[in-house]
Amino acid sequence: MSLTLSNPDNPTGFVAALRKHFFATKLDAVISLVFGALIIWFVMGVVDWAILDAIFRLENRDQCTYEAGACWAVIESRGRLIMFGLYPYAEQWRSTLACFVIIATMVLSCVPLFWSVRRLPALWVGGFTVFVLLMRGGFWNMPLVTSEQWGGLALTLFIFSAVFVIGMPLAVLFALARRSDLPVIAKSFGLIIDFVRSLPLLTILFAAAVVVPLIAPEALQGNKLMRVVVAFAVFFAAYQAEIIRAGMQSTSAGQEEAAIALGMPYWSLVVDILLPQAFRNTLPSTINQAVITFKETSIVTFVGFFELMASGNAAIGTGEWGNQYVEVYVFLAFIYFIFVFGLSRYGAWLETRMRLGHG
Amino acid sequence: MRQLLASRRFRRAAIQTSFILLVVLVVYGLVVTSQRNIVAQGIATGFGFLERTTGWPINFSVIEVSARSTYSRIIFAGLLNTMLVGFLTLFFASLLGILLALFRVSSNTLMKIVGTTYVEVFRNVPVVLQVFFWYAVLTHLPGPKQAYNLWDIAMLSNRGIVLPGIPLVDGGLVYLALAVVAAGLWLWLSRERLSAVVRFGGALGGVGVIFVILAVLGHEAGTPILSLPELKGLRIAGGVTLKPEMTALVIGLVLFGAAYIGEIIRGGLISVDRGKLEAGRSLGLSTFQINRLILVPLALRASLPSLTNQYVWLMKATTVGLAVGFPDYFAVISTSINQSGQTLELLALLMGGFIVLNYSIAFVMNAINDRIKIKGRS
Repeated sequence: MSLTLSNPDNPTGFVAALRKHFFATKLDAVISLVFGALIIWFVMGVVDWAILDAIFRLENRDQCTYEAGACWAVIESRGRLIMFGLYPYAEQWRSTLACFVIIATMVLSCVPLFWSVRRLPALWVGGFTVFVLLMRGGFWNMPLVTSEQWGGLALTLFIFSAVFVIGMPLAVLFALARRSDLPVIAKSFGLIIDFVRSLPLLTILFAAAVVVPLIAPEALQGNKLMRVVVAFAVFFAAYQAEIIRAGMQSTSAGQEEAAIALGMPYWSLVVDILLPQAFRNTLPSTINQAVITFKETSIVTFVGFFELMASGNAAIGTGEWGNQYVEVYVFLAFIYFIFVFGLSRYGAWLETRMRLGHG
Repeated sequence: MRQLLASRRFRRAAIQTSFILLVVLVVYGLVVTSQRNIVAQGIATGFGFLERTTGWPINFSVIEVSARSTYSRIIFAGLLNTMLVGFLTLFFASLLGILLALFRVSSNTLMKIVGTTYVEVFRNVPVVLQVFFWYAVLTHLPGPKQAYNLWDIAMLSNRGIVLPGIPLVDGGLVYLALAVVAAGLWLWLSRERLSAVVRFGGALGGVGVIFVILAVLGHEAGTPILSLPELKGLRIAGGVTLKPEMTALVIGLVLFGAAYIGEIIRGGLISVDRGKLEAGRSLGLSTFQINRLILVPLALRASLPSLTNQYVWLMKATTVGLAVGFPDYFAVISTSINQSGQTLELLALLMGGFIVLNYSIAFVMNAINDRIKIKGRS
C-alpha cells in the first residue's frame, strides 16, 4: 500500500522482480493474493459470459432466454440498425464507405506530414466533402438520402467531423477576437466564451433544436441537424479557443513584435507565425478536446437524432431483444472505446514526442 | 504622422462601433421575431406563469410537489434534485477517485493494473452510455416479490434499492442540507479563532441535533425508529427507497467521474517532489506523518485547480439524467417549456441556474485554493 519510494539497490532476475512487484512486504503479499484471486475470478467470469457460454448464432428463437452466456446473435440481427440507423438498406455500402473516408481523414491528420496551416484544413475540408457527398448522394447512380435518414455510426462521425470542421476556424476566430487589442471586441468575445463554457452542452443543443425556430427568422433556421451541429461547433469552439489562446500566449511576444516591425500584414502574422506554434504547443490539449467531443456526440441523442447511442437503444427497444441490453451496450461501448482510446493513446504519444523535443 | 494616427484611431473606432451595431441589430431582430411568433401563439410573456399550477407531477423530489404545485415550486424542486445528484456524485466520485489514485501510485503491480484498467475502461466510454446501461441493469432486476434480499437489511428490485433508514419529517432532507451548509459556514467563520475540537464538535453536534429533531418529528407512534424494508403484498414497504432513475444516474456519473478525479489526484501525488518526502523521512517522521503533513497537502494544492474544473464539469453532466427520466433542473425546465410554451423565460432561468450553480462551485473551490496555497509565493 505504501507509496513508491526509490529502491537504491535494484536487483534483477525473475524471482527478484516478482518479489519487488508483488511480494515486497507482508502486506503486499496479502494484497497481491487477494487481488490476484479477484482478478482471476473476474476475468474468468467475463470470458465465460462473453465467449465460452455465449451464443454467436441463433438456432432457435428462445435459445437466448435461458442461456447463461452472452447472446451475440443480437448483434448479428440488429447490427445494421446500430451501425446505419434508418439509412436505406440498398445504399448502406455508401454509409460504410463514407465512414472509411472520414476515418482515413482522421488517421491522415495524425501524420506529421500534414501538420501545416494549409494542408490540414485542405485535408479535412476534402475528406468531409467526400463524406457528405457519399452520404447524401443525388448524383450518378446514387439516389438522394436526406439527412433525416442518416443514422448510426455514420451520423456520429458526421457530427464529430462537422463540429471539428466548423468549430476549429470558429475557435481560431474566437481566440483572435479575445486577444484583440480592440477592447469592445475582446470583452464581448470573452463574455461569450465564458458564458458558453458555463453551460451544459445539452442546454445549448436544446436551445438550438427547440428555441431557435421560435426566435430566428425562417430563412436563417436551416434544418434541425444543421442547427444542432452549428450549436455544438460553437460549444466546441468556446473550449478550443481557450486552448489556442493559451498556445498563442506561450509563443514569445518578441516574435509578434518582430513580425510587426518587419511590416508583416496581420493575416500573415496569424497564419505563418502564431497559429503554427499555437497548434503545435497545444496539440495534446487539442486531442483531449477531440476525445471529449467524440464522447459528447452521444448527447445529441437527447435532441432526437438517431446516432450511435440512439440506434443502440432502438436495437433493444423492441421486446424481442429487450433482454440483450448488456450485449448491445457492450458492443456500443466497444465502438466508442476504439475511437476514444485510440485518440487518447495518440495524444499520449504526442506528449512524449514533444517532451523528447521533436515537437 | 498625425494623419496616420488619426486614421488608425478612426479605423479602430469604426470596427468597434460597427461590431456593436451588428450585435444590437441581431438581438433586435431576434426579439422582434420572437415577439411576433409568441403573439401568434397567443402566449403571454413575462414570468407570471410561474405562479400557475403545472398540471403534471414529477417522479422524484426532496420537497413535497404534486400536479397542483406551481411552476416555480416544481422548478425549484428540479434545482434541488440537480444539486442533490451533483453533490452525491461529487462526494462519491471523489472518494472512489482517491482510492483509484492510491491504487495507481501503489508499489503493488496488481493494484496498479486494476487502477489503470478501471480508468481506461470507464473514462473512454461516454457517460450517457454508462447511465443508460446502469438504468437498464436496475430496471431489469426482478419485481418486488422476487426481490434480492440481502440479509433482510436491503432489498433490490426493479422498483429500486431499498435500504434501512430513519424516517424524517416531510421535507426533512432540505432542512438537513441547510444544517450541513450552516455547519460548513460555521467551520469557515470560526477558523483560526476556536480550537479544532470546538469547531468540528460544534458542527457535528449541530447537525446531529437537527437530525434527531427531524427524526422525532417524522416518527409515527408504534413503528420502530430504524425502518427496515419488508415485503408487503406486491410492494416493498419501509426503509428508504433509492429509485432506479436517480441510482442509475448517480452510479453512472460516479464511476465515470471517479476515473477523471483519480487521474487528477494521481497527477497531484506524483507531482510532489520526492526530495521533500525523503527530507521528512530523514527528520524522523513516520510514514503516516509524511503522508499527512507533506504528501497530501502538496498533492491537494497541485490538483485543486483541475479538480475544480472537473467538479464543474460533473455538475453540468447531471443533465444526462434526461436519459433515465430523472427530473433534474434541465428535465423539469424542458417539460415546462413543452407544457407552457414560455420558452424564452424558461431558457433564461435554465441558463441562469447553471451559471449560478457553476460559479458557486468555482467560488468555494477557489476559496479553498486561496486558503491552502503557500503564502508569500504564487
